[in-house]
Amino acid sequence: MNSKKNVAISIVGLSKTYSTGFKALTDIHLDIRPGEIFALLGPNGAGKTTLINIICGVVNPGTGSVQVNGSDIIKNYRAARSQVGLVPQELTTGMFEKVGSVVSMSRGLFGKPPSPEKIEKILKSLSLWDKKDSKIMTLSGGMKRRLMIAKALAHEPSILFLDEPTAGVDVTLRREMWDLILELRKSGVTIILTTHYIEEAEEMADRVGVIHHGKIIIVEEKIALMRTLGKKQMTLNLSNPLPSLPMDLEDERLKLTADGKQLIYTYDPKAVLTGIEDFFKKLNGHGIGFTDLQTKESSLEDIFVTLVGSHP
Amino acid sequence: MNLRATQTIFIFEMVRLWDTLIQSLLAPVISTSLYFIVFGSAIGSRMNEIDGVSYGAFLVPGLTMLSVLTESISNASFGIYMPRFVGTIYEILSAPISSIEIVIGYVGAAATKSVFIGIVILLTARCFVSFSIAHPLWMLGFLILTSITFSLFGFIIGIWADGFEKLQVIPLMVITPLTFLGGSFYSINMLPSFWRKVSLFNPVVYLVSGFRWSFYDTADISLSTSVTMTFAFMAACIGTIMLIFKTGYRIKN
Repeated sequence: MNSKKNVAISIVGLSKTYSTGFKALTDIHLDIRPGEIFALLGPNGAGKTTLINIICGVVNPGTGSVQVNGSDIIKNYRAARSQVGLVPQELTTGMFEKVGSVVSMSRGLFGKPPSPEKIEKILKSLSLWDKKDSKIMTLSGGMKRRLMIAKALAHEPSILFLDEPTAGVDVTLRREMWDLILELRKSGVTIILTTHYIEEAEEMADRVGVIHHGKIIIVEEKIALMRTLGKKQMTLNLSNPLPSLPMDLEDERLKLTADGKQLIYTYDPKAVLTGIEDFFKKLNGHGIGFTDLQTKESSLEDIFVTLVGSHP
Repeated sequence: MNLRATQTIFIFEMVRLWDTLIQSLLAPVISTSLYFIVFGSAIGSRMNEIDGVSYGAFLVPGLTMLSVLTESISNASFGIYMPRFVGTIYEILSAPISSIEIVIGYVGAAATKSVFIGIVILLTARCFVSFSIAHPLWMLGFLILTSITFSLFGFIIGIWADGFEKLQVIPLMVITPLTFLGGSFYSINMLPSFWRKVSLFNPVVYLVSGFRWSFYDTADISLSTSVTMTFAFMAACIGTIMLIFKTGYRIKN
């Protein structure tokens, strides 16, 4: 068996072309570490959901291989799937079934014996216990979202896929979801998260992967990524608008806004020579004064936009 | 084998069927009663016996088959189509369960209900006409075999359909005509030679004939041919389902 130690999920050379001819994934290589929160970022149609669905067995893979804790998802699919829980992007629930019974059903599908105690614990942790006898159609959108998570946790998976878990969820509930995800991680569950809310990844992820046009552009520790690709911007509100930049101030790092009222200086805060001192000397030399100064560090979102923009 | 998963699907489907039990039973019982009133009593009293069996009694196996076929297809196709339509199919596909176990769960539940409906229809028919069952075990065997075979066929339709209209097309446009032309209301021996030969391409003929033999010990086609053809149709359905799961057609591709 070609399994790796200390790897929860190992993806090697995975490609997928749908029957329509659409190539969704191209030569994906990715390792997910046990116990981490891995955020998979990418624009719409980048291949995030296809990748997740292949690992979980919902979509047939094309070429390449995927192993879950050493079990191949095709050759040893029972062992692989029994360790994985999936919360899909869409709110795919029935209508007329009761909350408690669908969560129990999810547990049964994974071959686990009935356990009212475990179902109670899961429903309580998701604030759904008092709804256990309610029909799904009576639940709010947020409750349905939590029900999807309860169903995915019913068989006590060691790996949990959350495909856009907070899409359409209000701010308070989103916070609660984040807390829940962090709690799950504490209990040893490996979490793979796709999201459009970059702040979500910034808040929780240990590592970040960016997928674009079916290819993984980058996989990096979140902190390292922000340190490596992050920039800092300093904005000066000028005392008097400038019609144009003086010749000796022209620099690719410096931009004058269209109205001539602001100067924006972009620099690498970790560099030995940031150029700030020299920049201020030149401003002083030209008698350019300013009334205010702000600095701003790149967010993960800025980095994401830059990365995706550089891979058209 | 993940028997617990199969059992979970089976129970879930049976609960769903139980919730709609009244309409599931009432519709076939009412329509069968109407057939017996119109064809059995009103028209049947003016008809000659067929193969020594009164026309009312002759209808019983055919009408039972008509309902069993329709219910098998309807229940099995709806059972697998709904999770596809709602999207909950992801849960079945991501579970550690084989395609055979999935099929046993869905088809088993649909076939169980069909057998139950078949028995209820026979009891209903007994209220209108007097009939006997010469080979009860064979009768039960044919009922179960037909229910399973056409539930498998319904499962295929449920996978193939990409809308509620398509779900209805095959039962309405194919199965009902085949059943009506399959000797439910007459013996195919009553047909002209050409149409009798054409009828032999209709799989329902073999089911009705075999089922009728189990009642009255008389058949249009030999018992062995009926059994062989039914198993052949079942094998074709199983082969098609295996191909569907292998290719992921309409589910995983």
